[in-house]
Amino acid sequence: MSEELHQVAVQVNGKHCERRVESRLLLSDFLRHDLGLTGTHVGCEHGVCGACTVLMDGLPVRSCLMLAAQTNGHAIETVESLTNDRDKLHPLQQAFHEAHGLQCGFCTPGILMTMMAFLKETASPSEAEIREALSGNLCRCTGYQKIVEAVTLAARRIGQAGAR
Amino acid sequence: MTAEPRYLGARVTRNEDARLLTGRALFVDDVNPPHLLHAAFLRSPHAHARIKRIDTGAALKRDGVAAVYTAADLGSYWKPGPLLVPPPPIKGIAFNLRAQVPLAKDKVRHVGEPVALVIARSRYIAEDAAADIAVDYETLPAVVDMERGAAGGPVVHDDLGSNIASRVRQTKGDYAAAARNAHAVIRRRLVYDRGASVSMETRGVVAEWDAKADKLTVWDTTQGPVFIRGGLAAMLGLSERQVRVVAPFIGGGFGPKMMMFYPEEVVIPWVAIRLGRPVKWIEDRLEHFFATTQERGQIHDAEIALDKNGKILGVKDEFLYDTGAYNPYGLTLPINSQCTLLGGYVVPSYDSSFTGVFTNKPIVTPYRGAGRQHGVFVMERLLDIAARELEIDRAEIRRRNFIPSGAFPYNNEIIFQDFAPLEYDSGNYAPVLNKTLKMIGYDRFLADEQPKLRALGKHVGIGVVFYIEGTGIGPYEGARVQVQASGKVSVATGVGTQGQGHFTSFAQIVADQVGVDVRDVDVVTGDTDQFYWGAGTFASRGAVVAGNAVNEAGKAVRKKILRAAAEHFECAEQDIVVAGGQASIAGVPGKTIKLGELALRANPMRGAVKPGTEPGLEATSYFGPPSGATACGAHAMIVEVDPETMTIAIKKYVVVHDCGTVINPLILEGQIQGGVAQGIGNAFYEQLHFDDQGQLLNASLADYLVPTALDVPRMELGHECTPSPLNPLGIKGAGEAGAIPVGALFAQALEDALDLPRRGVEILEIPLSPNRLWELAGALFKQRGTS
Repeated sequence: MSEELHQVAVQVNGKHCERRVESRLLLSDFLRHDLGLTGTHVGCEHGVCGACTVLMDGLPVRSCLMLAAQTNGHAIETVESLTNDRDKLHPLQQAFHEAHGLQCGFCTPGILMTMMAFLKETASPSEAEIREALSGNLCRCTGYQKIVEAVTLAARRIGQAGAR
Repeated sequence: MTAEPRYLGARVTRNEDARLLTGRALFVDDVNPPHLLHAAFLRSPHAHARIKRIDTGAALKRDGVAAVYTAADLGSYWKPGPLLVPPPPIKGIAFNLRAQVPLAKDKVRHVGEPVALVIARSRYIAEDAAADIAVDYETLPAVVDMERGAAGGPVVHDDLGSNIASRVRQTKGDYAAAARNAHAVIRRRLVYDRGASVSMETRGVVAEWDAKADKLTVWDTTQGPVFIRGGLAAMLGLSERQVRVVAPFIGGGFGPKMMMFYPEEVVIPWVAIRLGRPVKWIEDRLEHFFATTQERGQIHDAEIALDKNGKILGVKDEFLYDTGAYNPYGLTLPINSQCTLLGGYVVPSYDSSFTGVFTNKPIVTPYRGAGRQHGVFVMERLLDIAARELEIDRAEIRRRNFIPSGAFPYNNEIIFQDFAPLEYDSGNYAPVLNKTLKMIGYDRFLADEQPKLRALGKHVGIGVVFYIEGTGIGPYEGARVQVQASGKVSVATGVGTQGQGHFTSFAQIVADQVGVDVRDVDVVTGDTDQFYWGAGTFASRGAVVAGNAVNEAGKAVRKKILRAAAEHFECAEQDIVVAGGQASIAGVPGKTIKLGELALRANPMRGAVKPGTEPGLEATSYFGPPSGATACGAHAMIVEVDPETMTIAIKKYVVVHDCGTVINPLILEGQIQGGVAQGIGNAFYEQLHFDDQGQLLNASLADYLVPTALDVPRMELGHECTPSPLNPLGIKGAGEAGAIPVGALFAQALEDALDLPRRGVEILEIPLSPNRLWELAGALFKQRGTS
């Protein structure tokens, strides 16, 4: 076990955070326990299910496979960054709501963050591209069909908004 | 005046989504009371061993450790768990209960069984300290194979003297005579192996003892909070009013979260009281593969007797059922298998017996489908083989044997899991099958497409299977509906919810009854302080049983609104219209009162009320159906197999389903699609591989393959509606349906794709996989060009 503490300075959802953390502290535990950002869920702790996906400098990472100490000097975004207002969802969240792209909702934050990065890269994705991009995130409730529909809907709306 | 239902049957998007989508929904692991301690369990690395000695000294010395417990430390609190479901009243039944224990005492009986518990400042330290505990084990030969376990050799429970957990025989008619008079008798051995439910959220428990309030609060990922409350109160010597169990948002249940009492559920609250500090335990994914219950190990020796036209004369089935190390869930699973096997067919005689076998493997309890898969697999495979041997079309042999639509209620004579005779309340099967065949293009595929594809060297096949599902069993559920002074309506019920959309479907039912916007109905589920009574979410019963309770309570509140409004306006109740959150006199402008205002008036602070007046616009109702409602459906698929790799591509997947009245088609589609995805995993990707020592070889999500978005196809859904006469809303359950017939479908479609029967190979087992398919049939395709 390691007792060594590291100073971490990290932007989380646009806010500057400084903490001293143990070497072995996972990023997922840092976000959930130290910062109280419990929207990020932990499904497997071995990097397979994707539930804990967050963005680091805009790119998706599995927060259960990263140490908090590794985020020093970086910017992290979690599901809590998508909106501050429950009544005003981000277009991606709104599309998941309308298309019934979630059931128990446990895997959803990780899927949303994965799709945020994907849609930035791929403006009008095909169904095959969406499925490929989703394939690193496990969902046990939906059978994925309505998630695919939600992402398709979101891509169209975000594309239209960008075109205006 | 009763308005037309506005929400029932509508595609209403879900009320609960915003909380879940913004990361603000409370899951058990999000509960973090001040001064929280964390628990880690030390689990057995052996499937079968005697515990000689446990040394916790080093663990206790570790900085940050608050306590370490073994079975000996639990004192009189240590007791085997209760029997959850007693055996049904079947003549000659044998059932040997051996229930799980809070911490293993003298012997461990499966890998992952908890042996000791560490409580520490953080989970990290608790796990360090668990690794400090030294346990001396004397390993014993493990009972892994249920056939060998049933025959003799080592025993899982020494006092029992054998591994026989149960024996049950149920019969209908005279099978022996049917077989004697049959044109054909077809006999096969059919095997279904183990899988895991793998909810994305693992299990977890947080317990907090408030010494000043003298009250225990437990947040638990359970599907049955009311029973957990009652059981914990009894075990801990508390009044039920001192125990609050909350099942908040649950990240998928699928059955194993209905099992109770898991050792962790028993021990964590006890520790929290003892230490006077809140304690949290969250299962990690590795633990989930051992410590959460599993399903599906059965071996069937089945035969079917038919006349020359393919009419079923009788079925005989003997099966072995793997219960795992303990059997607290009684006989629900094998009885579901036994009953579901009869399917939607006229089976004049049936002789079915099963033997439950203890093994040194994780406990078996219901997982989505709950034994129904096996019955459907056996019957559908037998019919496929019969069709082939009698040269009858696969769909036609099913059609010839369907229970006719005029024959309902249809009594199948044997006893079902709810202890009642297996009686199908209603059904109309032929239209379901016919619609399925039409949607998949069955005739065209067989006559036209398949020959062309085969000529091109492609291996494409079709499958079509039919199933029925006993759903919505009792005993009962209840609900309380209350109009608040704000005009919002609150609904509370005892069932837990794990993603099925109850916050919306129950709101739809109430919104129609009470005349408010569906967004103004707040549903609370799974909090025993909000609703005291209930059984839980299992057996596809939430919408049927709790949904009807909600409807009855909604009706009662509506009556109170009419009475209150009529008194207010001094008019007749018939003249009152309730809609848009207010009560009005029909056709009289200006004569309206908001429901919130009526609710406030119904709880006066001063003055006198008429005798017998109840305060508020509130009602509590209960609903218990006389027996389960029988849903049905058919699945069809066109699949292509690459014979070099035995990987598959599903070209088309069709589901036609009849679950009676549909509350919300959007939610129903999601339930079916998710069920099919789980069924596909079960049929072709997921299998728990144990070695001969009882070690699970693929206990990670990297090795146990849950289907991804690339593996689950787009599905086309069709619906028929035969309302159940057993409840006022006409609902039948739908939660498990999608998963049930998929194994049978895969076996048939893959056989057809590879043209296996003609080559002397039959698929008689599930799960399959590319590897397994290669083992079964690869030799036929080894040389390119010979296929």
